[in-house]
Amino acid sequence: MTNTLHRYGDAESFHDDYIIFAIACKGKNDEGAVDKLRIFLGICARYGPVNIGNSSLGSYRPAKELGPSVHWKREHVADHRAVIEGVHRAATAAAVFDSRDKAEACLRDLIEADLGLSVNVSTSVEGAIRVATDCGIKRHSVEYSLGFTDPHDHLPDRQVLELSTMCGHGMISANLAKKMIDMVREARRKPEEAAAILARFCPCGAYNPVRARRMLEQGVGKRP
Amino acid sequence: MQIDPKKCVACANCVPVCPMGAIAIDAATNRAVIGYDECVECGTCFRGMSQERLNPTAVRAVRWLARLFRFRFEPEPDVCPTAAFVMDDLPWPRIVRRVFSDPLVEHTTTGIHGRGTEEVKTNDVSDRVGIGEVGYVIEFGRPGVGVRFREIQGMTVALAAIGPTFEPKNPITHLMVDQAKGTLKEDLLDEKILSAIVEIKTAIEAVPEVLRTVSAVSRQIDTVVAVGVSTRCDENGNDDLLAPLLVSLDYEVARAKTNMGLGRITNLQPAGGTE
Repeated sequence: MTNTLHRYGDAESFHDDYIIFAIACKGKNDEGAVDKLRIFLGICARYGPVNIGNSSLGSYRPAKELGPSVHWKREHVADHRAVIEGVHRAATAAAVFDSRDKAEACLRDLIEADLGLSVNVSTSVEGAIRVATDCGIKRHSVEYSLGFTDPHDHLPDRQVLELSTMCGHGMISANLAKKMIDMVREARRKPEEAAAILARFCPCGAYNPVRARRMLEQGVGKRP
Repeated sequence: MQIDPKKCVACANCVPVCPMGAIAIDAATNRAVIGYDECVECGTCFRGMSQERLNPTAVRAVRWLARLFRFRFEPEPDVCPTAAFVMDDLPWPRIVRRVFSDPLVEHTTTGIHGRGTEEVKTNDVSDRVGIGEVGYVIEFGRPGVGVRFREIQGMTVALAAIGPTFEPKNPITHLMVDQAKGTLKEDLLDEKILSAIVEIKTAIEAVPEVLRTVSAVSRQIDTVVAVGVSTRCDENGNDDLLAPLLVSLDYEVARAKTNMGLGRITNLQPAGGTE
């Protein structure tokens, strides 16, 4: 899974995008991992994540029994509790933070908890180095994104890519991201509403609605 | 994936939702339809849209009336008002579309969801990529383009000629009929999927040749390619080899996934060898 590696943007654009995720290694430390993943997410939830996920469910998710009033009154709130309670297999659990301070505080607590699971931080290269240094740990391994190669001009513009690539599994279509950009530009939806709509399509909970909101706000009145 | 024509009210909310752009409104029937060959069975429309379960006849009547007076009703853009999507059973080889495109479907070959493996995310436990080695995660089709196995084979054949180690638990490796040649199962070649990942490992000295090969093949295949390269840090937590090498090859390394080294073997009877 490269679910968080290829987010589009330069290093500065990741200043509000820190993802901490835990994963068990099959056959090595996956016994009892379900309980440990719940503990992991519980610790993360204390530090104000903007989204969390358990590989099947994120804090923002679609509803299957809406009433007609949803078109006039709809709540866009993150529900972390269901995600934590919904961990039922030893998959990846992730928490998204909108600041380095929160991510560092969370990582310190995770070091203290010593769950034995592999813990990764996905953000800018420099951001991860600072988090590790400030928490007093040494990085074990690193995987760099070399970005996209698109010689045939398939890809959409920068704004659309910034929004759509925050679901690394590709569940957020470029056309939907474009539609949300247009709806915000035309004042038909608020940026936070559009960001929550996009986040619901990311079933792993890795989408960052705060970064999306910032991009939607910045995109108003600008050329792609 | 199917759309039940008895339920669909042609609201078009699902049209922009599809990552492959495979859904459109058929003007003749006034129903949404899915382009069978372009659909990758990712389940985004079925799973990602919220649902109302309204009466289709009533919704069509309201929509007809609004259209008559040129009223613009602006519904929530991620809602299917009549729950019209139906996920159907898929035969071989079409089933591989769902396996590779829907992140909630588990690969039987890897035991994990998603299109790759644990990569270096568990390297502190698995020791998959050692000192002086480099792991590559070469992804096709994402974001929003899709890829057919024939195009992936173009890359695997070119890479096989260099002689890397294909990650044995990777789903694409599992579909190879000849790893030495990099060829895939013939009956899959025309199937389209949302994305797939090829994983290989080499000594660090091979990085320029591998990346040159990936770049050259990317120009020949009709999709988008994203590359991740990984290595193990030294005892001080630094990477003084791979990052400088990538910069010298004109790659910008802005983002990374970093394994913080907190994992350890805890199973009472751990599996032998590397993961």
